[in-house]
Amino acid sequence: MAFRSSWIEAHPTGIYLPSADAWIDPAAPVDRAIITHGHSDHARGGHRAVLATRETLAIMECRYGPQTGQALAYGEAVRIGDVDLRLVPAGHVLGSAQAVLECRGERVVVSGDYKRRPDPTCAPFEPVPCDVFVTEATFALPVFRHPPIGDEIGRLLAARQAQPDRAILIGAYALGKAQRVIAELRRHGYERPLFIHGALQRLCDLYRELGVALGELLPISDLKPAALAGEIVLAPPSALNDRWSRRLPDPITAMASGWMRVRQRARQRGVEMPLVISDHADWDELTATIREIAPGEVWVTHGREDALVHWCHQHQIAARELTLVGREDEDD
Amino acid sequence: MQAFSQLLDSLIYTRSRNAKLDLIGAYLKAAPDPDRGWALAALTGDLSLPAVQPSIIRALVSQRVDPVLFGLSYDYVGDLAETAALIWPGADMPDAAPPRLSEVVNELQLLTRAQAPVVMTRLLDRLDANARFALLKLATGGMRVGVSARLAKTAFAEAFALDADDVEEVWHAVAPPYTALFAWAEGTGPRPSPEDAPVFRPFMLAHPLEDRDVDLTDYAAEWKWDGIRVQLVHVGGETRLYSRAGDDITRSFPDVAESYQTPGVVDGELLVRGDVQGGEAASFNALQQRLGRKTVSSAMLSDFPAFVRLYDILFDGPEDLRPQPWTERRIRLETFMSRLDRDRFDLSPLVDVPDFSALEELRLGARDAAIEGLMLKRRDSPYISGRRVGLWYKWKRDPLVADCVMMYAQRGHGKRSSYYSDYTFGCWTENGELLPVGKAYSGFTDEELMMLDRFVRNNTVARFGPVREVEKTLVLEVAFDSIHASKRHKSGLAMRFPRINRIRTDKPAAEADRIETLRRMVR
Repeated sequence: MAFRSSWIEAHPTGIYLPSADAWIDPAAPVDRAIITHGHSDHARGGHRAVLATRETLAIMECRYGPQTGQALAYGEAVRIGDVDLRLVPAGHVLGSAQAVLECRGERVVVSGDYKRRPDPTCAPFEPVPCDVFVTEATFALPVFRHPPIGDEIGRLLAARQAQPDRAILIGAYALGKAQRVIAELRRHGYERPLFIHGALQRLCDLYRELGVALGELLPISDLKPAALAGEIVLAPPSALNDRWSRRLPDPITAMASGWMRVRQRARQRGVEMPLVISDHADWDELTATIREIAPGEVWVTHGREDALVHWCHQHQIAARELTLVGREDEDD
Repeated sequence: MQAFSQLLDSLIYTRSRNAKLDLIGAYLKAAPDPDRGWALAALTGDLSLPAVQPSIIRALVSQRVDPVLFGLSYDYVGDLAETAALIWPGADMPDAAPPRLSEVVNELQLLTRAQAPVVMTRLLDRLDANARFALLKLATGGMRVGVSARLAKTAFAEAFALDADDVEEVWHAVAPPYTALFAWAEGTGPRPSPEDAPVFRPFMLAHPLEDRDVDLTDYAAEWKWDGIRVQLVHVGGETRLYSRAGDDITRSFPDVAESYQTPGVVDGELLVRGDVQGGEAASFNALQQRLGRKTVSSAMLSDFPAFVRLYDILFDGPEDLRPQPWTERRIRLETFMSRLDRDRFDLSPLVDVPDFSALEELRLGARDAAIEGLMLKRRDSPYISGRRVGLWYKWKRDPLVADCVMMYAQRGHGKRSSYYSDYTFGCWTENGELLPVGKAYSGFTDEELMMLDRFVRNNTVARFGPVREVEKTLVLEVAFDSIHASKRHKSGLAMRFPRINRIRTDKPAAEADRIETLRRMVR
């Protein structure tokens, strides 16, 4: 079921601006795409022209090859069709942006994925007052309250000290989460080289090119397993339980994700040390953001839509669910 | 409370059996009495705190949290204790000196239902989220931390260098918080004696036969009856009925218990007699009328009279027959049988065939509703607790299969929490209507679960509370042991042990089976 207003339409495959024939984060290749950030459920390959921040375009090129499109700096305004567009920081990953859309005196903010916690690898979320706020709902249940990241990094470093014979293997999503964990480890004074799975190499290199300091990173490939005792290794979540990880000396398997808040989810993934580190807003952040922005209406995209819509209605805020296909829960 | 809650958390995140044994063992050695005893009782399921019902927890949370959000959260998390622990808007500064485990248990044991809300609220406010989880698990029972009673007892045995089977025997002579047990384990007290108590002895179990083929000169064949496995114990003037898990089910089957007054311990299958079968053993479906009831009406007793079909004997009076070979025990069982009430007990007959291929033929032809398959027992096997390779085999009848269409899905619990893993499926009527015939939540791999979960999320057409109705497009090949007439589903049919055999993405929904086809499978 598509929701339509005069100049902006929500379809299962994305949000559409008819006057510009442009889609925001479309699920399939289109002629003109506005991309909020580089995660693959938002940024897909194969669009003819892409409008995004410089960092997001670079991430897409890293993943899909050369892109035709236009880079937009945060705050820079552009007119497409009869819509005025600018991108403002969403605080989710490097280059992530909210699309601020204005037309006929109405303002719609499509926030993409966002968080409100400080993140050394990206610009902080900027609240923009608007008529319609389009929000994610990945962690929109009151059981999801992310602890301060310092607590989680502290536990990680304590476990390393307590068991110096074991490697610590952290599963972290290759774009954003891995670099944030690295940057936070550095911020907490961890200066030893960090070892990374091959799948993280290119994005870590890109982050550095774009000015994010990550310290010394080494591939683990040419090391003897025993040399990794007491070291911290990062890998994409999919590599945690595969043959790759068997070369590590009795690793403590950790996973950095907001889902780790639920014990059974951590268990399902065979994680020994769950680290509740998320790049998405938790329940308190989502509700506080809606209160702060005080939009006329909230559109809720992927995640626990029903809970957030219910909360909005209880607080006399108009809200509706948008059913978008292809958004993945797991990539946090 | 902190040490116990840490133990629970570590157990949840530990997969390896040995690592779990080490964790529990280390805790039991380090923690003081009586805390460790209560913890052990919690892990073995022997701790009962009846005042705190799940309904009280739900009511407490609903006072502090919007009930709709609580409901959605519970549906997502799939575990009441964990949901309540996470959602509880507790103090940001929990108590600096949280209560000891034994203090909590003592307080909860003395509680009346009326006092429970106030006391639980006060405790929850004093604890952080992890300790709240431990408290709620403790209070509501059922730890679900991936530790069976058997594993907990093994950990205890290993920690104190005791024999696990010996611990199992002694177990029923002791009660939480097990101070006498720990004293024995640490060499400061005598061995608690189970001799005069009607205690449970662990069952001997069988491996599936699979593709093996055995020589009938070494193995005896016996029918496998489709009831529930029970152990009957009479000692010191007391009778007990134990289920396979060691649960005391005496009160559900007073008719059987009253007529077992001969000192000794026997192993058999509990069945009910059915009218349809002319007083013969009825299907499991009929037995279900008697299961899980705390009180049994006299109508129940006369409509579904229970009896036990005996397989084996463990004790004849005080004499322990378990080390004897099966052939010897069988002779003793037949003699013992002559002292029992014929209305309530009979002997599971041996299947006498010349060779294995004759047995195979017999198994395929078995049409009795109360038969689940065959058992093969090594003639020289002692009665040993658990499954020992090569001694006993079970050879179930081949399952029936049907192609059904997924209709509804619900989130699972425990290991499957937050995934749509419980599926209701249906078959077609003559008029092209789809009617539910069963519900299954197993049989698929983890990868298939991801695929099914994604299918449900992307193909939801309606929601009824936690239940999602899906597009009727996905064909599931369902395997089941038998099918019966039942009022549970609109189709008038119910399956026994249904599980997802295959996901038939290749098959159009219209080509799934008809209700009529399934009805012909009813025996």
